[in-house]
Amino acid sequence: MYKRSLQLVLVIVVAFTMLGAGSPSTRFDQVGHKLMCTCGCAEILLECNHVGCPNSSVEIAELHTQMNAGASDSKIFKVFAAKYGPTVLAAPMRGGFDDVAWVVPFAVLILGILAIVLLLRMWQRRHARLAPALPDAPVTPESEALRDRIRNETKYGE
Amino acid sequence: MSHPMPFFGSISLVLALGLCIYTLLFGTLSLWAMAHGRVLAIASERIRETARRAGIASFIAVSCAAFALIWAAFTNDFSVDYILHHTSRSLPWYYKFSSLWSGQEGSLLLWAWLLAGYGFVLRLRQKTDITLTAYASTILSAIQIFFLILVVFVAQPFALVPGGIVPADGFGLNPLLQYAEMVIHPPMLYLGYVGFSVPFAFALGALMMRYPGEKWIHITRRWTMVTWLFLTCGIILGMHWAYAVLGWGGYWGWDPVENASLMPWLAGTAFLHSVMMQEKRGMMKIWNVWLIFITFMLTILGTLLTRSGLVSSVHAFAQSSIGNWFVGFLVIVFAVCIFTFLYHRDHLRAENRFESLVSRESSFLFNNLVLLTACFVVLWGTLFPVLSEFVQGSKVTMGAPFYNRVAVPIGLFLIFLTGVGPLLAWRSTSLRAIRRNFVLPCIAIIVTAIALMLAGVHPWADDNPTSSIYALVCFALGAGVITAITAEFLRGAAVVRTQTGKNLLSSTILLTRRNTRRYGGYLIHFGVVVMFIGLAGAAFNQSKEVEMSFGDSIQLNGYKIVCQSYSQDSTPNYDTDFALLDVFHNGKKITRLTPERRIYFADTDHAQASTVVAIHSTLANDLYVVFEGRNPDTDKPIIKVFINPLVNWIWIGVGIVIFGTLIALIPPLMPGTRRVELPAPIDLSFRGAAEEDALRAPAEAPGGPHV
Repeated sequence: MYKRSLQLVLVIVVAFTMLGAGSPSTRFDQVGHKLMCTCGCAEILLECNHVGCPNSSVEIAELHTQMNAGASDSKIFKVFAAKYGPTVLAAPMRGGFDDVAWVVPFAVLILGILAIVLLLRMWQRRHARLAPALPDAPVTPESEALRDRIRNETKYGE
Repeated sequence: MSHPMPFFGSISLVLALGLCIYTLLFGTLSLWAMAHGRVLAIASERIRETARRAGIASFIAVSCAAFALIWAAFTNDFSVDYILHHTSRSLPWYYKFSSLWSGQEGSLLLWAWLLAGYGFVLRLRQKTDITLTAYASTILSAIQIFFLILVVFVAQPFALVPGGIVPADGFGLNPLLQYAEMVIHPPMLYLGYVGFSVPFAFALGALMMRYPGEKWIHITRRWTMVTWLFLTCGIILGMHWAYAVLGWGGYWGWDPVENASLMPWLAGTAFLHSVMMQEKRGMMKIWNVWLIFITFMLTILGTLLTRSGLVSSVHAFAQSSIGNWFVGFLVIVFAVCIFTFLYHRDHLRAENRFESLVSRESSFLFNNLVLLTACFVVLWGTLFPVLSEFVQGSKVTMGAPFYNRVAVPIGLFLIFLTGVGPLLAWRSTSLRAIRRNFVLPCIAIIVTAIALMLAGVHPWADDNPTSSIYALVCFALGAGVITAITAEFLRGAAVVRTQTGKNLLSSTILLTRRNTRRYGGYLIHFGVVVMFIGLAGAAFNQSKEVEMSFGDSIQLNGYKIVCQSYSQDSTPNYDTDFALLDVFHNGKKITRLTPERRIYFADTDHAQASTVVAIHSTLANDLYVVFEGRNPDTDKPIIKVFINPLVNWIWIGVGIVIFGTLIALIPPLMPGTRRVELPAPIDLSFRGAAEEDALRAPAEAPGGPHV
């Protein structure tokens, strides 16, 4: 069982590492979708649909030039950020404080999960400690009648 | 009097403000006297009643003001500055109605009107609990006062044109708002935003009066659900509007205004789930109170973000310096909440303790964690540019790449919990029950994943592997959740069928009627999963942009689009450029599309372009065609074609969510009103007591989402 699980994990890891490198047009598409049009339309560079937009065609041409020159993705982002300002990047990607944007949400989620697990364990322990100490309530005709009434009243609405 | 209607509107607002101040002051006085056993010159109950009636009258006064503004729009009264800036003589009558919420002043009046409307209903329905309703009414009147102060002193909808010279025509309505959905999208969204004031008022009131038990939750459950439904519809209508009007091929751009509506929705959804812990087990009382406080504060924060100019947004039509007022209001609300909580926190002790890690309670905790983390991610993404500017001195963009990477895994975790949660029992779930309930969904997940991979979904060979993997996981988990929900329905229906002898459909209907909350909740979950499947389709979007002349064609994903013609037209409201495109699929003509590009106010110096997208929808995909404009060199139209897979499933999913919510709002069939129809041949006289009991027993099911 464990061996099979291990094999499965290995296959997944290999599959992930072999994820496609992509063609130049794909890379252009991917990088172009991580940049913004700077005309003020607040749209992704390759999604700006304004005919005659003064900025997007210039940026797209520049992106082609950079890619043809063999620049890496991070180099392209640096060039664009230096020229148009950091808002040209569709997400914070400059390192430093920009990384905080990515780390904090996952940190909150992980801390939340840990907090819940700890809380549940604490409550569970407390319940286990308290539960045996409670004496069983004696069964009386009144309690039986009450139980029947509760069953009746909660029959469908639960 | 030269401007009777604007005067009437202004006076109505002042009167409404006066009535709300009366409700607040005298409502507080009567409640204080009753709580402390003080005797006043007039009986406290009578003072409370006058406060209630003043609150009811405030709705009539605000309605008069809203009517005055609509009247001014319909009669082209351009002496009113707001009407001048948001309507024109050529504007169709139905858009004149929507001008009420197209600008800052009008939308604040709409907010005040809806709030007064909610207050009106709440004050009329006081018999559920007179004292608690009086507390809620008083708190609501305080919120009303804030919005009425805004429209009376800060953003006056009836302000006259400066200088007194009335222009012959108005500036017209923002073209982006001249769309059918815009007539209902903002009111829906506002009904959602404003509606959270009611459960907030009840929660705060219940805490102030140390209200015993969970009755305030029962009272507010329907309010919260209706509000949640309005907000859901508002958000989805906004998505559809963005999809059909903005012409960039998508429906959600993570704009701060969109985010502002999503945050209270996420917090409200968390609240709707966690109150069940309090209802069933008397747990999470502090958490629930704070959840509804936070939800209400998020509606105010969202309004602050979108109207203050604090964050950049394409929805720039309502930015102003009004943000300071909202900051002040937010601070007051938070201070009141924290003070009331600290003063009465001993009242919120949990009655039961947690017993097992594998239980419904723990699934609710995780559900709340995921929903609130998603809410935090949206808030974080919205505010990070401001934080970045503060720390680094430069703003950054938080666009789709950020949210896709951060929010999508959280969304997938949420689908997983949607499937797991309802299958767990309260208090503790046995291993046998887990095995029984989870085997089928797990098989469905594995089979779906394999089937999709065999059908050609190969993330490892895809241009964008991350999106494909997410989509694959989403489809597989979705199949698991749908299987789990279907199994729950079938299991319950089978028991009812055994009891009543009805067919499967009738048994399912009877089962749902017996426990509308649980099965309505299942339907909502089903709808949400269907929506997620539709959203996951975006991973396989395709697009192509070409310049098309007569007879030119473009091929994409099996569709062939041929340009038959392109031309121009002119109406009193706008000029338009359009193309006539015939669409062929497998060699057969299936439709003709006419994408447009309209130029509003063409003869003025503020001409504005707007897109009218042509869409051919099927269950498999949308053929989405945009007329982007004409090439200035060749004068030929530039057409962009998108293939957006599974988009229709988003709207279908919403329909299911609405249906499920309506089911959950219906009171369940009570034992006294239930008609047990037994199959004719069965003679009960020959049956034992146990069998007879079984026939009368409710359907057995492990749990349910219970919204």
